[in-house]
Amino acid sequence: MKVILALITLLPLAGFLFNGLGRNIWSKKTIAYNGTMYIFGSFVFSLIAFWNVQEQGAITVHFFDFINTSTVKIPFDFRVDALSSLFLLVITGVGTLIHLYSSAYMHEETAPHYARYFAYLNLFIFSMLLLVLGDNYVIMFIGWEGVGLCSYLLIGYWFTNTTYNNAAKKAFIMNRIGDLGFLLAIFWLIVKLGTVSYGEVLTAESLAKLSSSDITAITLLLFVGAMGKSAQIPLYTWLPDAMAGPTPVSALIHAATMVTAGIYMITRTNIFYTHSEVAQTVVAIIGISTALLAATIAIKQNDIKKVLAYSTVSQLGYMFLGLGVGAYSGAVFHVITHAFFKALLFLAAGSVIHALHHEQDIRKMGGLKSKLPITHLTFLIGCIAIAGVPPFSGFFSKDEILAAAYAKNPIYWFLGLVGAAMTAFYMFRLYATTFLGQFRGTDAQAGHIHESPVSMTIPLILLAILSAVGGAMGVPEILGGHHWLGHHLSSIIGESAPLHLSHSTEWILMGSSVTIALLALLIAIGKYSKQADGEPQTALGKFLYNKWLVDELYEKSIVQPLNRFAGFLKDIVEKNIIDGMVNGTGKLVQYGARQTRLMQSGQVGYYILFMVLSIVVLFLIWFNDIAITRFFYNLIK
Amino acid sequence: MVLLSILSIPFIAAIILLFVKPEKIANNVAIAATAITLALSIYIACNGAVNFDIAWLPSLNARFTLTADGLSKILLLLTCISFPAIFIATAKNHVNNKHQFLSLMLFTQTGLLGVFLAGDALLFYFFWELALIPVYFLCSIWGGEKRVAVTFKFFIYTFLGSLFMLIGIILVYTHTIDQSFAIQSFKQASLTFGQQLAAFALFFAAFAIKMPIFPLHTWQPDAYEQSPTAVTMVLSAVMVKMGLYGVIRWLMPLFPDAFSAHSNFVVLLSVIGILYASFIAIRQDDMKRLIAYSSIAHIGLMSAALFTNIEIGVQGTLIQLFSHGVNVLGLWIIADIIEQQTGTRSLKEMGGLAKQNPTLGILLVGFAFANIALPLTNAFIGEFLMFNGLFQFNPWIAAAAGVSVVLAAIYTLNMVQKCAYGEVSEKINKMQAPNMPAQFVLIVLFIVVVLTGVYPTPLFDLTADTLQQLFIK
Repeated sequence: MKVILALITLLPLAGFLFNGLGRNIWSKKTIAYNGTMYIFGSFVFSLIAFWNVQEQGAITVHFFDFINTSTVKIPFDFRVDALSSLFLLVITGVGTLIHLYSSAYMHEETAPHYARYFAYLNLFIFSMLLLVLGDNYVIMFIGWEGVGLCSYLLIGYWFTNTTYNNAAKKAFIMNRIGDLGFLLAIFWLIVKLGTVSYGEVLTAESLAKLSSSDITAITLLLFVGAMGKSAQIPLYTWLPDAMAGPTPVSALIHAATMVTAGIYMITRTNIFYTHSEVAQTVVAIIGISTALLAATIAIKQNDIKKVLAYSTVSQLGYMFLGLGVGAYSGAVFHVITHAFFKALLFLAAGSVIHALHHEQDIRKMGGLKSKLPITHLTFLIGCIAIAGVPPFSGFFSKDEILAAAYAKNPIYWFLGLVGAAMTAFYMFRLYATTFLGQFRGTDAQAGHIHESPVSMTIPLILLAILSAVGGAMGVPEILGGHHWLGHHLSSIIGESAPLHLSHSTEWILMGSSVTIALLALLIAIGKYSKQADGEPQTALGKFLYNKWLVDELYEKSIVQPLNRFAGFLKDIVEKNIIDGMVNGTGKLVQYGARQTRLMQSGQVGYYILFMVLSIVVLFLIWFNDIAITRFFYNLIK
Repeated sequence: MVLLSILSIPFIAAIILLFVKPEKIANNVAIAATAITLALSIYIACNGAVNFDIAWLPSLNARFTLTADGLSKILLLLTCISFPAIFIATAKNHVNNKHQFLSLMLFTQTGLLGVFLAGDALLFYFFWELALIPVYFLCSIWGGEKRVAVTFKFFIYTFLGSLFMLIGIILVYTHTIDQSFAIQSFKQASLTFGQQLAAFALFFAAFAIKMPIFPLHTWQPDAYEQSPTAVTMVLSAVMVKMGLYGVIRWLMPLFPDAFSAHSNFVVLLSVIGILYASFIAIRQDDMKRLIAYSSIAHIGLMSAALFTNIEIGVQGTLIQLFSHGVNVLGLWIIADIIEQQTGTRSLKEMGGLAKQNPTLGILLVGFAFANIALPLTNAFIGEFLMFNGLFQFNPWIAAAAGVSVVLAAIYTLNMVQKCAYGEVSEKINKMQAPNMPAQFVLIVLFIVVVLTGVYPTPLFDLTADTLQQLFIK
């Protein structure tokens, strides 16, 4: 097993080195083939690991001692269990498809850049695998920052474009703010427990050692980390900007895998969260607020990728709502189904962008239904899945979260329902504007529209199938299923407690969410199948179109003041005050020297006087060095 | 004997170089001499503790004692890696009378090695000055336009510090039982608390200026900016470590009570310095000054971690002594290549390095991320442990210092963006042929960055004995 787990991570690393070091050597074919096959190999070994876990339960392997001090030992260990094996499959599975897709999508790049792209993508998979495979929080943190690095590199992949570079920088810095929270949580664990290994931290004994305020602090600090990586309020603004990267990157990193790391982390730490009512409430409230905020923004966006980006932020909010109300398996379920349909939606969007030669504005699309049949159908399936229409996958996972939210507090459920309605609305607004009606682009574009090559459509088709039937892994009992996923995860989060909802209540909840979603999507199709959304007219419309002006708010209230403060330190404090003091001291000495020089006047009387005084001083020092040391002491006090 | 030879090789080479005028031969002599010291330092690091001891100034009972424990070894390694790296990377830089330049550099190396090896206080002082004086000449002869004023400030500042230390050494010396400068006798000196405080203050002044601790740092950015880059590399990769070394070797064991009495004060100053320097770095346009302030921030963290007097933090500092040197050396070499080939240090005038010279661009990104302590680079190990110590000391202070993690990302990525990304600027366009020797050095250094970041165990093993002496009585 040690070898298998090592290979799962080392194969992507080997791919990174292969393409990174050979970027000037290999042909594009070699690059794409190897870049994809290393990930596929990792997927195959992930399957083996998954089966092993099914049979034997969790497996931990030790590689070497990473940090080994007398106070804390942090081994480089991997752990594959019910939770991480699922993530392994999603990462490497979706990862393989996206590598395959990229091989065609990125064909315009020259070989060295093509290699760079695949190298980054491979390095990302490596980091992400470290994140989920690590057996302690430090290894998780290594992967955590590693994916941040790759995200930075890939957002800024077209590095000659300043806007893209700014987006990349913003992503990394905002993630760093979250990472600081994560780090402090790790330190807190080390100080209180002396360990960060899951096997020792996530136990009843260690919970007993911690006070309730410790638990709340640790869980909240971890959540700060999750806010950064998983784009929750207030650290979400980097994710929409991250769409500057190539579209397959948005699909893999900024939708399907990396941004779900926060959900993984909290699910991993679920026994801590269950013991902190405060943390759960915070997670739930931030989650639902983010879900609603992002959904309102998505309604008014016209960039196909921006809509999907805000949709991702919103769906992540749902997952956190699930975590906050204790529906851990529901959240993980939604991670998986979301990985399918959101990767699908992004890739299909990429296929549209590809067909229209880098056009991303949906107002200039329309009527693509007949021209891009495969893309159209798969995109539609993705939309149905995310809108929560049964029996597509999104319905089951979202419904599980909403039911748990209702059990916790009907207000959560109601807000979640509002969000679900908006989701259906903006997704079908996007669908209708893009694929229905008449084509609104230029004639030149119209002539060139073509369906994407096979290496792009195969991933679309596979993901569409998964999006359609993926819900089967968690069919609730009320619908005659036995929720395989919930049982699978029971070793991590315990058998989920029954929700105390009567069957009739569950039926009503389900019925209302389906009805409202269908209603919303029909309205959207009716409204946008003929024409695109014009410029926003109302104040509210403009406000939403401008993304609640949050970026401007941050710029004005945080970035600029800090910049001014830094300038103040550099130009005023450093130059005048601190260095001024130093130079002033120098000048004072010079002045003193000029004055004391006058004492050497040649009069013997003066010299004798100074001699006597000096001897007295020396005597004082000799006999009384305590006094002089006190003087020094007072001086530095 | 091996300790004596590692000291004498650069010394002899320095003397030889005074008489070898041709630049090429001078370069080769310097590189060869430092390569031998590198080999010796590796040999020393791989073997157990070694000592060398003969009489030196019998009338004062000062001895020529050299000892190498983990702390010495790790700094020995850093010094001996840095010098050949610097010589190879700057071999193409032409300066007048290069043989004299190299000779002074080698005298500096001798002084530095002596500082890290001396087991006798007077000898320590002797080497301390020996390391300082050649640097003074290097800066004032080969430095930039404002070199005279800047070097004068640098010299006065550090010389004043040394003077305080000398007084401190004499103060402790007079209280030793056997009237000796040996570090063992110093440790057993019978000092009252008041005397300890005085001696502490005197030593601290020297070390604090050298590190430097806020607000004694203003000599540093100027000196880094105005010195020839080869000297800047020595100053910032190795020389600032003298101050930290002094704290660990002399301040902590000699004056434990005074040390803990001041830990709050110094930790606070250091943390203020970290944030202060980080903020200033954000607004720097001059690449050298940006790296200088970044370095002040990093050194501030090391000093904060040391003064918490908490084992895990000190452990982090021991590792970071080495890692910081390697990383900052990498950044300086890149800055130097750019300055040599384009004639500018202003980030505004840069851009497009990644396009113009992809290898150098990749290396810049690599060292930049090492500079911000990305996991699996060497700096992460040190910073992780140091922050850990700081957190044990006081969670709030750790959180405040932690803000620098974000600030570091801001200024470092700003630098990367302005230098490497975007379209190729007019200045960067001048970089036609890559500087192969310098790039080779960078690649080797980067391999060290990753290796010690992934598998730091050798560094832990190397420094274990020092830590044990400090924390297990």
